[in-house]
Amino acid sequence: MDALLEHPRTRLPAEPETIEKVAIVISKGSLEGIYPGLIMANGARMEGIEAELFFTFFGLDAIRKDRYEKIKVATVGNPGMHLPTLVGALPGFSALATRMMKRQMEKIDIPPVPEFVELVSDSGARLYACKATVDMFGLTMDDFVPQVDDIISVGEFYEKAAGGQIVFT
Amino acid sequence: MTATLIADTPVDLDAEGFLTDPAQWNERIAGEIAAEHGIPELTDRHWLVVRFMRERYLATGMAPSIRSLGKESGVPVKELYQLFPKGPAKLAARIGGIPKPKGCI
Repeated sequence: MDALLEHPRTRLPAEPETIEKVAIVISKGSLEGIYPGLIMANGARMEGIEAELFFTFFGLDAIRKDRYEKIKVATVGNPGMHLPTLVGALPGFSALATRMMKRQMEKIDIPPVPEFVELVSDSGARLYACKATVDMFGLTMDDFVPQVDDIISVGEFYEKAAGGQIVFT
Repeated sequence: MTATLIADTPVDLDAEGFLTDPAQWNERIAGEIAAEHGIPELTDRHWLVVRFMRERYLATGMAPSIRSLGKESGVPVKELYQLFPKGPAKLAARIGGIPKPKGCI
């Protein structure tokens, strides 16, 4: 078969490929927007994989002192809720959905956002805030939890991500 | 499944090298597996984690999550990763002779 191809496929060594490093972007500020990135970062560290977390746009809420305890499920504009938009918009509905989801998560030992941020940081993942967003919202390091390592530009993010897989959430 | 000799003791291993029967385990086996995985000497702190993992597994049938390991074993998360750099839960399970933890957390 290779003989028929103009550029024969290069044979890779038989060694199984493993991921050594991941750089995860968290760009959304809802509960369901933040958790997947935290779970993937923690899961990476559990496997001995290096992990960098880059928080951008409303994803910054996950590391903002004044907001990270108040992360909520998006009940409007979220087809996954399987609810009419008007029902999702009822006062208190998002709070209710958030309470229910948090209870389920506690059952399977997934920590609340503040504890989770501390856990991934303690496990050796590095946490960064996106400079463009920080400037746009007029924030400084003082607005972030102590686990945040630095405020970095996109270019610096790519430098830090070099040699790893980038995951956008 | 074939029996493998670790520290002169025949044990059954799964494809990834975890003991399939925790009853076949002993402390010498633990020491040899640890040495093979980059921990030449198990300190008291290592033992605290390994014993906690093992006891929890034997009591509940499930290996503890990294979260409960950090909260309840007496060794905080930061130190867990210093003791077992390539993944505390997985490596402590391997050394403690229990199956590989299946949880995501």
